[in-house]
Amino acid sequence: MSQKHDMTDVSALFPELTPLAAPPDLSAVQQLEMFRKMSLIREFELSVTELWKQNLIYGLAHAYVGSEAIAVGACQALREGDYITSTHRGHGHTIAKGGDVNKMMAELMGKHAGYCHGKGGSMHIAAVDKGMLGATGIVASGMPIAVGAALSAQVLHRDYVTVCFHGDGATNQGVWHESINLAATWNLPVVFLCENNQWAISCPYEKAAKNTDIALRAVGYGILGVTVEGFNPFDVYGGVKEAVERARAGGGPTLVVAKTYRYIGHFVADDQCYRDPKTNEPWMQLDPMQRMAQYLVESGLASAEEIEALRADARKAIDDAIEFGKRSSEPSPDRLFEGLYASD
Amino acid sequence: MNSRQDREMDRVISVKQALNEAMREEMRRDETVIIIGCDVGIRGNPFGVTKGLYDEFGPLRVRDTPISEAAIVGTCLGAAATGLRPIAEILYSDWITLAMDQIVNQVAKIRYMFGGAIEVPLVIRAPVGAGGGQAAQHSQSFESWFSHVPGLQVVMPIAPHDVKGLLKTAIRSNNPVLFFEHKRGYEIQGEVPEVEYTTPIGVADVKRRGQDVTIVAVSIMVYKALAVAAELSKQGIECEIIDPRSIYPMDYDTILASLKKTNRLVVAHESNRRSGIGAEIVSQLVERGFDLLDAPPVIVAGLDTPMPYSRSLEALVIPSEQKIRDAVCTVVGR
Repeated sequence: MSQKHDMTDVSALFPELTPLAAPPDLSAVQQLEMFRKMSLIREFELSVTELWKQNLIYGLAHAYVGSEAIAVGACQALREGDYITSTHRGHGHTIAKGGDVNKMMAELMGKHAGYCHGKGGSMHIAAVDKGMLGATGIVASGMPIAVGAALSAQVLHRDYVTVCFHGDGATNQGVWHESINLAATWNLPVVFLCENNQWAISCPYEKAAKNTDIALRAVGYGILGVTVEGFNPFDVYGGVKEAVERARAGGGPTLVVAKTYRYIGHFVADDQCYRDPKTNEPWMQLDPMQRMAQYLVESGLASAEEIEALRADARKAIDDAIEFGKRSSEPSPDRLFEGLYASD
Repeated sequence: MNSRQDREMDRVISVKQALNEAMREEMRRDETVIIIGCDVGIRGNPFGVTKGLYDEFGPLRVRDTPISEAAIVGTCLGAAATGLRPIAEILYSDWITLAMDQIVNQVAKIRYMFGGAIEVPLVIRAPVGAGGGQAAQHSQSFESWFSHVPGLQVVMPIAPHDVKGLLKTAIRSNNPVLFFEHKRGYEIQGEVPEVEYTTPIGVADVKRRGQDVTIVAVSIMVYKALAVAAELSKQGIECEIIDPRSIYPMDYDTILASLKKTNRLVVAHESNRRSGIGAEIVSQLVERGFDLLDAPPVIVAGLDTPMPYSRSLEALVIPSEQKIRDAVCTVVGR
């Protein structure tokens, strides 16, 4: 007897979808830039899966397809000097924070020219120079690191904010609780951004928690919790921007939950035996790329041709990144111990 | 010796004071140094180690936390990665287990797995050791666990001079350092100069010269070994006592130099024997200096049980002076 947990009712999760509408503070240029970054993420991730199948990417990789609106919407609310922490699904966060796709692709290919000189790979992608403090392969482990970055801001009297990306799977780890409680108690400038994609590998959230409204948990910490629509970059932007401004002004942390749905596999080789792949189809209709493109055309910010050109540019940037990665060399054996300890 | 140096060397303080001074001096020297942990503030930590620091440096830099070990360490890591030099305190080292993911998978790895892009100037202080009827969950010493993890440094000094100098070095280091203090050692007194000094990580100290046997004694075992050595000296056996001070990196050069002279080795540590640091030390020395050994080395270590509560049982588990004496007699063939 099948124990599969099939979710096909989009309206159960999204009773009504928020129409895409940019807030007045986002210029046309910024909106097009958001679409450009989303396209870059999408093209990057589509390539990752292919490259993994071709054995050009080694190990594990978790794609961000369908979640582009979250990373891009959130990072649009940040400024230079702000930090983010990431998850095992970190490519999108890195690109959204301004990461260089050449260095990213080289890293995924295990090359010395990569961000981590081939020591980290997909699960430890980082762009520290851009304020992206690194991806982690252990669910929720980035939570206190984000709190620590926020603590530095408070102690050193700097006005940067840290956004802590994490997933619904993280919310039942002890350190999730410890971190939010500590940040709330110390009133630290951090935004906890939970990407609730409904699935922790094969475990749907309703089998992981009785209260499935994650934002409600904020009440328990004495902070504000808000839910935004994770397929809508402007909704994410709005929710995160408010939280970032509050944090920057000394108002402490916010829990922002971006409601979304992972309609692709958990990782590149996930056979999704825990659900019928057909049940992903209704969710694919919410694809943020299509909605964003449609919005930009309908609102007169870009023609269909210009949208195509942006997509083609993104494709080319990723093709170039793949070439860069292929051309780059593997780290030489003498680099094995490099970076292990600081030479004080 | 001029009179000023005389005065300096005459000053005797406790380990507790040495720790306090090290933190106070480094916090005065560098405003990015902060202390985070349970009860580190007004209470001055359960052993009085951070007493007065809250008053001097205020609540922003000496921060009491909720009981959240994983968040304490992880927050300090994030802070270390972004411009601070945190000292995280775990109230008893037994509870460091609650922060194991952060220490083993994050603190130790972040520098390496991000290609050296992040420095981790972080010290994690924790009291180790048994004695006093604190039973199974307040008596453990985990130095061998952490010495097993690439990316960490582990120090475990016991003399006030070494404690102060090594803590100052650890605070200034850009590497994560686990700093283990023996909770029965806080009142140990010793000479500590008033002038500024630091002690390097990874350098052992010869606590007593002798030509008959080398005793590598870890942490509080140094004092037990010194007592044994004084007694055996009357019987004509001269022990050389080496305090490695750092568990990783371990200063094998100093130990090998001693073995060249004594050709006999005893290793003493309080943590239980199985897969302990003594096993690693002996294995390294056998590989590096097999020909130097005239007798099989002997490890004196805690017994492989959880620490029992009862006074009499506890005394069986913790290595005694008698056991060190017996080990020395065995390797010298007496």
